[in-house]
Amino acid sequence: MADERRGGGGARGGRGGAKGASAEKGPGQRRSLFRRRKVCKFCAEKIDYIDYKDVRMLMPFVPDRGKILPRRISGVCAPHQRALQTAIKRARQLALVPYVVD
Amino acid sequence: MSTSRQYELVYIVSPDASEQEVTDLHAQVEAIIARIGGELVKSENWGRRKMAYEIGPHKEGIYVLELINGGGELMKELERRLRVSEKILRYLVVRVDEELRAAERTRSRRKVRTGPPAGDGDRGGMDSDGGDYRYESEA
Repeated sequence: MADERRGGGGARGGRGGAKGASAEKGPGQRRSLFRRRKVCKFCAEKIDYIDYKDVRMLMPFVPDRGKILPRRISGVCAPHQRALQTAIKRARQLALVPYVVD
Repeated sequence: MSTSRQYELVYIVSPDASEQEVTDLHAQVEAIIARIGGELVKSENWGRRKMAYEIGPHKEGIYVLELINGGGELMKELERRLRVSEKILRYLVVRVDEELRAAERTRSRRKVRTGPPAGDGDRGGMDSDGGDYRYESEA
């Protein structure tokens, strides 16, 4: 996972090089803020059923505050995010995953 | 019985319950299943584990999982019984047959598309330990 998008990698390389500073490109510039290519973890690992009992699988999607990590950050695809959402909510009922942490 | 559904029942027993009480509760569940008609497919005791938040005064609980085939009437009765026994901190009933079937369907569809050797990506839908996950670091 975490392989960079082609443009992002190029822009990062350019930042280090002397030539890159002069050759500015609009989208290249935007991407230079370290972007990862996002791939749905569940698609990549071919997980069909997101089990609410499997806390170790859910915890990466429940950051410190206890909220569900939005898809725009995690890169999970829409169908899997929906399944993940119900799994996390079930796990919360059983106190496997927190509702809120403060 | 026309309705054969599969349910997962997880209940949390109070941590100050003795071993005997936990087995008693399990026996009660079994008895209800036998009485109303149904089948206990699998039963797992996860033991004592720390809860993500406190339920009442308790910080940990004894988790028990039962996988049950049966109808809605059975689950209704089970839920009623679990609600009244005060050693139960919480329970959750989830109907799983349809979800598992859907998962099975996508799996077989993928197999058709990509050819038979699916290899390591395959996992049964219901193992609860899930020890084979690699991403713990990102939380």
